Amino acid sequence: MTQVLVFFEELGAELSISQQELLTLAGQLGEISVVTTSAEPSPALAVQGIGSVYAPQADVPPGDPALADLLAEAAAQAAPDLVLGADTADATDALARLAVRLEAGLITSAESIEGTTVTKSVLAGAYTTSAQPVGGPLIATLRPNSVPAAVQPGSLPQITTLPVSPSGAVELLEETELPSTGRPALSEARVVVAGGRGVEGDFSLVEQLADELGGAVGASRAATDAGWIDHSAQVGQTGVIVSPQLYISVGISGAVQQKAGMQTSGTIVAINKDEDAPVFEIADFGIVGDLTEVIPQAIEELRARRQS
Amino acid sequence: MPALHIITLVKWVPDAQLERGFTAQRRIDRTEGILGELDEHPLEAALQISESLSDRQVRVSALTIGPAGASAALKKALQIGADDGYHLTDDALAGADVSATSAAAAAAIQHVRSLAGLDAEYLVLTGMASEDGETGAVPAQLAQRLGVPALTQATALGIDGARLSVTRTAGTRQQKLACALPAVVSVTDQANEPRYPNFRAIMKARKKPVTTFSLAETGLDAAAVQPKVQLLSAAPRPAREPGEIIHDDGTAGRQLVDFLQKERLL
Ligand SMILES: Cc1cc2nc3c(=O)[nH]c(=O)nc-3n(C[C@H](O)[C@H](O)[C@H](O)COP(=O)(O)OP(=O)(O)OC[C@H]3O[C@@H](n4cnc5c(N)ncnc54)[C@H](O)[C@@H]3O)c2cc1C
Repeated sequence: MTQVLVFFEELGAELSISQQELLTLAGQLGEISVVTTSAEPSPALAVQGIGSVYAPQADVPPGDPALADLLAEAAAQAAPDLVLGADTADATDALARLAVRLEAGLITSAESIEGTTVTKSVLAGAYTTSAQPVGGPLIATLRPNSVPAAVQPGSLPQITTLPVSPSGAVELLEETELPSTGRPALSEARVVVAGGRGVEGDFSLVEQLADELGGAVGASRAATDAGWIDHSAQVGQTGVIVSPQLYISVGISGAVQQKAGMQTSGTIVAINKDEDAPVFEIADFGIVGDLTEVIPQAIEELRARRQS
Repeated sequence: MPALHIITLVKWVPDAQLERGFTAQRRIDRTEGILGELDEHPLEAALQISESLSDRQVRVSALTIGPAGASAALKKALQIGADDGYHLTDDALAGADVSATSAAAAAAIQHVRSLAGLDAEYLVLTGMASEDGETGAVPAQLAQRLGVPALTQATALGIDGARLSVTRTAGTRQQKLACALPAVVSVTDQANEPRYPNFRAIMKARKKPVTTFSLAETGLDAAAVQPKVQLLSAAPRPAREPGEIIHDDGTAGRQLVDFLQKERLL
């Protein structure tokens, strides 16, 4: 039976959707064990299918060279054919260290994994590649929304404390929760409405449309750079990569780095007043028009239909 | 305080504004390139640190690993403000994966330090990701090979005495981390606004030294940079089916809702 070791760089009161996706994929591929950076893994791990959980003696902070020891010790116990993590900086960093330690291949941002063959998008989504490790286990991070999450509650698995402690080289001085928008998380949302330079500093129409559709709010780099909205809303190569069922692009031209973050969305709607904007090349439904006229009408129509 | 040697990794990458693709050997086509824009941010960070430590000797070196053409990336880095340039070029590195790149970079950094001959602490700065490989995994592998911390995706960084501190975002949390040198830090495009080289800087860059070396000079052989990942196929993403484009005649908002309803997206 294939052994899959799943790495969690954080553990909240509940598993995030991408953590559930990781466990779902791991369960499809083989038997699951989990390694976490927190010394006292939360009851969130009470999920069917997890055989064992490995934890350090004390929480290991991001960036610490001891992450390599933690993962290598867990790998020595679990003898994995595959080590999986989320497509986040912290998981990438820890798995990257493990790959050096095990002299194994690392593939980031996987979209599907069959056996040890990984399919992913490269060159800002312009190409799809498939690749395989040359010997050693496959070590990979998984893009969010690559598998539908399906985990069942179970009993809390046995926790094995490994003889690994933080090295003391890295100190976590401060940690604060970013202010919540009250909307779904951008990377996990079913609907994303994103605004660009065309909103001219006013995100209220984009936000209202997002709320009308129960979606998350995204933005282009031009909009986040201008300070109109927090950087955490940025969609694209240097922001969040999203793949929702519906992406509505508002006042965004559709540069290659923006497309890199959204072109695998199920349905793409674009609203732009320039009919030559590149975003129309990938739109399923494009409206050449002024967003300050189109969006209020759409919101009014959505409300009217809801009432009738 | 001892001198500080900041080594910034810069990569010569295909220009994202142009068509990019693969060669018949399934390698990224590198006939033309530019200094990756994301690599201007660590350079700017290095220069700002250097300027903030006026009482300390600071050297900012730019290191690139790539084919002959990559010297263009070094030239730009010197114009932006690096003091000297280093170029590791070797045919054995064509088609390098994360593992090969980090192995070559670790050896090259040690080589650059010995060539520089400074009795200095060192700090390695990189971009948040290369614009062609896009893994963002090289900094942590490099740190692992050097046996030092990796503080990645910095949105702000600074050196205060013997300590380096970094601000970053991890998931839904903002963190401030600190460590002693040496360390590897990857710097995001949020960290700063890179400076444009002026005419004087461009003229000055012509006199800055560039040292080119091969893998063997760093003490590595080709076996140490064997890729650990094998690319089986690379195909252009199929174009999306062309969609319906309408011009707003005063009813586009309602037509949008009709479309969403038809597609069962409401
Ligand atoms: C290394 C690198 C990384 C990058 N990473 C990212 C990234 O992650 N995400 C990202 O988005 N960008 C990224 N960029 C920037 C990217 O290249 C573009 O500059 C950016 O996406 C442009 O944002 P925009 O479309 O909002 O602005 P613009 O290109 O200025 O487009 C604004 C659009 O709004 C339209 N418009 C204006 N007014 C109206 C109106 N009233 N109604 C309707 N339409 C209107 C205009 O016709 C225009 O098409 C990156 C660039 C580089 C070099």
